[in-house]
Amino acid sequence: MPLLCVSDLRKAYGDVSAVDGVSFSADEGELLCLLGPSGCGKTTMLRVLAGLDEPDSGTITFDGREINHLPPQQRDFGLMFQDLALFPHMDVFSNVAFGLRMQKLPSSQVEKRVEELLALVELGDYSHRKVHELSGGERQRVALVRSLAPAPKLLMFDEPLGSLDRALRESLQSQVHKILKEVGLTSIYVTHDRDEAFTMADRLIFMNHGQIIQTGSPEETISAPADGFVARTLGFKNILAGVVLEDGPMLKLDCPIGVISANKRPGINTPRGSVQTILIDEKAVSVSNDSANEINSFQGVITERVFRGYHYELRVKINGGELYCHAPLESREVPSEINQPVSICVDAPSIRFLDSDE
Amino acid sequence: MTAGRLLLIVPLAYLAIFFIYPLGSIFARSLGDESNFGFEPFSILLNDPYYLGRIWFTIWQAVVSTLLTLAIGLPAAFLFARYEFPGKTLLKAISSLPFVMPTIVVAMGFTALFGAQGLVNSALMTMFGLDNPPVRITNTLTIIFMAHAFYNYAIIVRIVSALWSNLDPNLEGSAKMLGAGSIQTFYHVTLPLLLPAIISASLLSFAFSFTSFGVVLVLGGPEYSTLEVSIYELTAKLFRLPLAGALAIIQLGFTYFFLLLYSKFQEQSAVRVDLKPRESTSRHPTRWKEKIFVVAIILMLLTLLSPLVALVVRWITLDGGFATNQMANLFSDDRGSYFHLSPVTIIWNSLRFALITVAISLIIGTIISYTITNVNRRWRNLSDALVMLPLGVSAVTLGFGYIIALGRPPIDLRGSWLILVIAHSLVAYPFVIRSLLPVLKGMNSNLREAAAVLGANPARVFLLVELPLIAPALLVGATFAFAVSMGEFGASLILVRVEFTTMPVAIFRFLGLPGTANLGMALGMSCLLMVVVSLGFIAIERFRYKGIGGF
Repeated sequence: MPLLCVSDLRKAYGDVSAVDGVSFSADEGELLCLLGPSGCGKTTMLRVLAGLDEPDSGTITFDGREINHLPPQQRDFGLMFQDLALFPHMDVFSNVAFGLRMQKLPSSQVEKRVEELLALVELGDYSHRKVHELSGGERQRVALVRSLAPAPKLLMFDEPLGSLDRALRESLQSQVHKILKEVGLTSIYVTHDRDEAFTMADRLIFMNHGQIIQTGSPEETISAPADGFVARTLGFKNILAGVVLEDGPMLKLDCPIGVISANKRPGINTPRGSVQTILIDEKAVSVSNDSANEINSFQGVITERVFRGYHYELRVKINGGELYCHAPLESREVPSEINQPVSICVDAPSIRFLDSDE
Repeated sequence: MTAGRLLLIVPLAYLAIFFIYPLGSIFARSLGDESNFGFEPFSILLNDPYYLGRIWFTIWQAVVSTLLTLAIGLPAAFLFARYEFPGKTLLKAISSLPFVMPTIVVAMGFTALFGAQGLVNSALMTMFGLDNPPVRITNTLTIIFMAHAFYNYAIIVRIVSALWSNLDPNLEGSAKMLGAGSIQTFYHVTLPLLLPAIISASLLSFAFSFTSFGVVLVLGGPEYSTLEVSIYELTAKLFRLPLAGALAIIQLGFTYFFLLLYSKFQEQSAVRVDLKPRESTSRHPTRWKEKIFVVAIILMLLTLLSPLVALVVRWITLDGGFATNQMANLFSDDRGSYFHLSPVTIIWNSLRFALITVAISLIIGTIISYTITNVNRRWRNLSDALVMLPLGVSAVTLGFGYIIALGRPPIDLRGSWLILVIAHSLVAYPFVIRSLLPVLKGMNSNLREAAAVLGANPARVFLLVELPLIAPALLVGATFAFAVSMGEFGASLILVRVEFTTMPVAIFRFLGLPGTANLGMALGMSCLLMVVVSLGFIAIERFRYKGIGGF
């Protein structure tokens, strides 16, 4: 039986339903990532789990016990706030010691544990610093060990690294991940950043409009995103809607960029005239000079070019629609200038079908 | 939440009994008694050219006073908002002092400086060998305007510089990059952004000048009396209570109108402009023009303090005396005693009333502030009303209300010192709310929640997290309440019994008695009041948060 079970949880603020019938579970030691845009209900979800808000309906069970109405101080959970909420009138030591003191631990033990924890995040010498004397990254680390200190049974993170620059964020991400895995802590990590979620998560939960859209491991979700929302959250850009012209093992779809042929996904119903959402991986789109007359070939014009380090990302206008694709940096054959006409070819077997979008 | 609402009954009942009920009684009294019920007192007032004249005078003297206050306050606000200079914190603390000075001390200071035997005149007479004092501005409008400006400019400085110093200088910078000159930038960018603050500060300053009592009573002489002074005379000297009641209601109407405008603009002065942390918006003056400006304004602010300095000098040098002599006189039991009360008793009265006032104000103010912060928005709108109610009522009106409402059953507090403390606490508690609310509203609720998640129960959350964070604001509120009670004059003058005489009342009485000894006593007590209040305020200056000055 999973450690944490959430079933059909609902929470509304006034008329706005923030969490709208959410069910999921977490096994002991599992690291879940709640992924979704701001306002999708992630933070509310955490607040209800932490006991800061009470759910309108549904149940939360932890370790076999229903905890819907247990006040936060009795849950033994930890929560790292988005703005960290370090106590401004206390020094680093007292912040980290706060939860331990609440457990009425003898002061010698408190001291020992805080020192260990500060050493763990390389802040051993910072005990007596004031919070406002710390840099952004140092504050994050203090907040992290403050939530770790009382050894919570479930630790939650509300986009705690959002305000940091990229390099610092990445190094903290792996630091946090390493610590959580070492301690074997069950955690829920809220973020809107795909890469952060990939770094942290055993399992991803995609939320939108207060509902769970898809759950699965990073590998599962990226190879089969459930719908356009999940695909876009994962960073895919070529999501097209098309009307089925011809049903069969090889479908023909009328899309804004023209008629596309795609291998039919087994088990889905695609009657003639129905609207399907398809996903075309940027890497499955090839660009060339010559107008070949292959299947899924299109003529287009480059409207945008972004340098992505190892390749260019091109935005190509094709008929009434557009596709994003990659072009190698230095190549005579492949055009990459704005307003240049190009020939585009989409690999038919790699086209994926998604559930209808939102 | 429900416990919080239950607790709210305490302050609400307090306000109902000691605020609403007395005001209601004034209104009832202004309608006459059973035999002669009606609006007659109002029609008497509004047909009497004397009282119409009082109303008109009260308005225009307040307008002129406010304009003068602005002329002094705005440059000073600019100075504090945009420039760094050595001694800035101290100067800022010192220049807020006039606002918290008891009115009677301010009046005494101006007498000591500009009176017939004041420092200016005696200096000029000695210097030029004159027989008569050349500067004769006591009992003129000039000295009233000056005293009002002196008293209120700190309001302008506080409110306007708080906003100004938080205005992103890049706004002005980008206006200049877009081709605007200094004056155009001020006119098109800075002024519009500051305008709500300027207007709200002006309205507050206007309201204070409008209900001015001590300054006008002492400095204005018989020729100039504001509505407040007229109400006092009708109540305490002529015993025409229905007329006093009607006049108080008319004054109340005016002040509430202006305070309503004030709170409207104050809301707007929290404009959603990009507010920058204060440190980054001010800098040292670099160009010559800037340096001259900074020095000139600093000199002006220091000059403004001269009435307070004059007070001390005049006291010490009075009758060729020395500081030690004067001090001995002040604390002696036999000399200059007034109605057989020793000065020590009077000082003790003021102190203990002030301490009790602080306790009551803290309790009421804290309960109201917490309830306002924690309940939903509909209730929150009550906050301004609760804060504003007592501010809008002049002290004399309050005292008058107590005389007619609390001097007979069901509540008979005649002869009790409680009546004084209650009046003081009503004037003082809004200051506690004003200092506490911004801190409570600004307190990151995540801090409470983080403590709860870490295992702290609500009592410990309050004790370990909230209390340390609001302690400075409580201290600021307590100091204000203390100063308000120490300096309260209007209500005390009406309500006081001889044995409970407080320092401001005693100063006024001593002024009315002949002889140097009595003048010495008045000057000495004024100095003492000034020192006590100043020490308190300089001590708390470092605790002040942005935006909690006077208001």
